[in-house]
Amino acid sequence: MNDTTLPHHISQQFDADLEEVRNNVLAMGGIVEQQLANALAALTENDVRLGETVVTNDYKVNALEVTIDEECNRILALRQPTAIDLRLIVAIIKTITDLERIGDEAEKIGHLAVQLADQGGHDKFSALAHLGDHARSMVHEALDAFARLDVEQAIQVVKKDLKTDKEYEAISRQLITFMMEDPRSISRFLNVMWAARSLERIGDHARNICEYIIYLVKGKDVRHTSLEQMEQAAREPR
Amino acid sequence: MHENNTNVPTVDVSALRGSSAPAGSLDDEAIALQVKNLDFYYGSSKALKNINMVIPQNRVTAFIGPSGCGKSTLLRCFNRMNDLIDDIRIEGEILLHGQNIYDRAVNVASLRRRVGMVFQKPNPFPKSIFENVAYGLRIQGTNDRRRLAEVVEKSLKGAALWDEVKDRLEDNALGLSGGQQQRLVIARAIAIEPEVLLLDEPASALDPISTLKLEELIYELKSRYTIIIVTHNMQQAARVSDYCTFLLLGELIEMANTNTLFTNPQQKQTEDYITGRYG
Repeated sequence: MNDTTLPHHISQQFDADLEEVRNNVLAMGGIVEQQLANALAALTENDVRLGETVVTNDYKVNALEVTIDEECNRILALRQPTAIDLRLIVAIIKTITDLERIGDEAEKIGHLAVQLADQGGHDKFSALAHLGDHARSMVHEALDAFARLDVEQAIQVVKKDLKTDKEYEAISRQLITFMMEDPRSISRFLNVMWAARSLERIGDHARNICEYIIYLVKGKDVRHTSLEQMEQAAREPR
Repeated sequence: MHENNTNVPTVDVSALRGSSAPAGSLDDEAIALQVKNLDFYYGSSKALKNINMVIPQNRVTAFIGPSGCGKSTLLRCFNRMNDLIDDIRIEGEILLHGQNIYDRAVNVASLRRRVGMVFQKPNPFPKSIFENVAYGLRIQGTNDRRRLAEVVEKSLKGAALWDEVKDRLEDNALGLSGGQQQRLVIARAIAIEPEVLLLDEPASALDPISTLKLEELIYELKSRYTIIIVTHNMQQAARVSDYCTFLLLGELIEMANTNTLFTNPQQKQTEDYITGRYG
């Protein structure tokens, strides 16, 4: 794993196994990022075909989740990892669950993009594109933090999630106003609402991944704690 | 959306676990043995360097570390087994319930009755199963057949061997399997009711099933004895011990609750060793 900080295992095969599973997580992350980018492009450009592609490509994410899970099971059974190796495997098993969910949300957005295109687009709504950029950058940075085991960056993503939540609330309020103004468009605005909801959830999943990174690097479980507690855990020397 | 509560209520999970409370912090434990500034020399080479530690009572403490790190030497210090080796020197103190076992006034034979030991290779005497277990009591002067039979049965039950040997107590102990012999030796050790049991690689010569039986036995024995185990098998240390100590080149690197040591060790040397990395 992180070659810059940890010496190699005596068993080179073990090193190779961990390296492979880690690379697969990053490959899965790459596909998820691409799915999300395509879903957002389909949404903002009213691109029905791209939206459909996202929906049909979700199976790739699912297949990688299964493969990585199997690899982790095998390593647990054969190597009985301990300490940072154990935390890496546990963090990976949890991370890929969140990545798979991000993939599902992207698929939903792809599906909604198709529906919205049929309903005449949602050009009134630039705030959604902004939220989308936000969620996308969170996923990218979470994966980057995972690749570099960068706790500081993980904390930055968690901070961004708080902003994402606020943005989502603002969008919901605005959408409710639109619905009241124009009840005939409620079904269209509801689709926009679902898309916003998906983006907010993607932010939560990216945040979860960052919590696993802090656990992996620092050995501290920071789930369900405040941002201050998280920052403290990240700062503490090991 | 995530909740950002600063006051997260904690759930007491101890009720969900078994009857034996899990190990927590060493600070909360009753102390059986305390090692103070212990240095140990074989001739001019220093095998143990300024060891300071406590051994909690009624817990299993494991010593791990690479060959030659001093873990067996340290274990043998606890019942003065090293006294039998020529040209050794010990500085510092080991307190057993507050009394220094290296004090001149201490009778080594009675110390070894209080601190029993089981070795890597099972070493039953070439006598019957019964006489093996009764041996300690006989040399203490107990010859009452009924009393001996009581103790033999209780000890063999305590060592989880009774059901396998109760019908052939007069058979030669050397006819037992390796795993049975090792449990017999443990029965012999607990027959004289020691306070502390030292186990030096007790399972290294046993097959996996016998090893699991022995580990199960260790788990049961800890309610009555303080147990210290030296093992090369880290998974075994992880399974059986409450506290784990990592030694390297005669120094104590880290001692912690076993769960912590195997999931989140604080010292890099510990991490490298238990994850199997080059130091």
